[in-house]
Amino acid sequence: MTGPYHQPMSPTWWLRNRAYFLFMLRELTSVFIAGYAILLLILLYQLNAGRDAYQSYLRFLAAPGMVAFHVIALAAALFHTVTWFNLTPKVLVVRMGGRHVPASVIAGVNYVAWIVISALVAWIVLRG
Amino acid sequence: MAALLAPVQIALTGIVAARGWSGQSLTYDRALALVSHPLSRLYLLAFISLPLFHWAHRFRFTLVDLGLRRGRRLLAVVCYGAAIAGTTLAALVLIRL
Repeated sequence: MTGPYHQPMSPTWWLRNRAYFLFMLRELTSVFIAGYAILLLILLYQLNAGRDAYQSYLRFLAAPGMVAFHVIALAAALFHTVTWFNLTPKVLVVRMGGRHVPASVIAGVNYVAWIVISALVAWIVLRG
Repeated sequence: MAALLAPVQIALTGIVAARGWSGQSLTYDRALALVSHPLSRLYLLAFISLPLFHWAHRFRFTLVDLGLRRGRRLLAVVCYGAAIAGTTLAALVLIRL
């Protein structure tokens, strides 16, 4: 016996069609969101370190490169969010009164919840 | 979690606060008061930890999908280890705030 058989696969299989490419792009979004989580952790660390450290970190975040990173991360996060909401109706099949709840309703509920939660977070942070 | 909260979170600290559009709402005193609330700390711990584990898992299997055959065990240790380290650091910082 020589162990399980592995179908040989080229490292560029995901460039072969659009669906595979979008899948890979979606996998990549996790890199940006995790990168953001680390910047947020540093923000908290600097906040803990004192007023000067916090303010100089905010100046660092204001640099064009950092803002550009956040714009890309925001685009990645939005792509992740929208693709997730669009696939939930496929995972979550809800029956009501013997009928399937239409996919658009399930996705719609997600979008509404998302907007409400985002507005709530923005309000809590910015009401100051 | 990441799907619902990441966009607003990134926009708030990465763009609004960084560009100084947040006025007085994210000054040092206000930011400290905001994150000192127990619920904020829990929220922030989750918001830092979960994306790291999400990344660790995705990144690990993306490299495997790209054809990585050797060093898989090492890769798993590095990915999940980084996520565990990040979570621990976040917990330490948040406890001391």
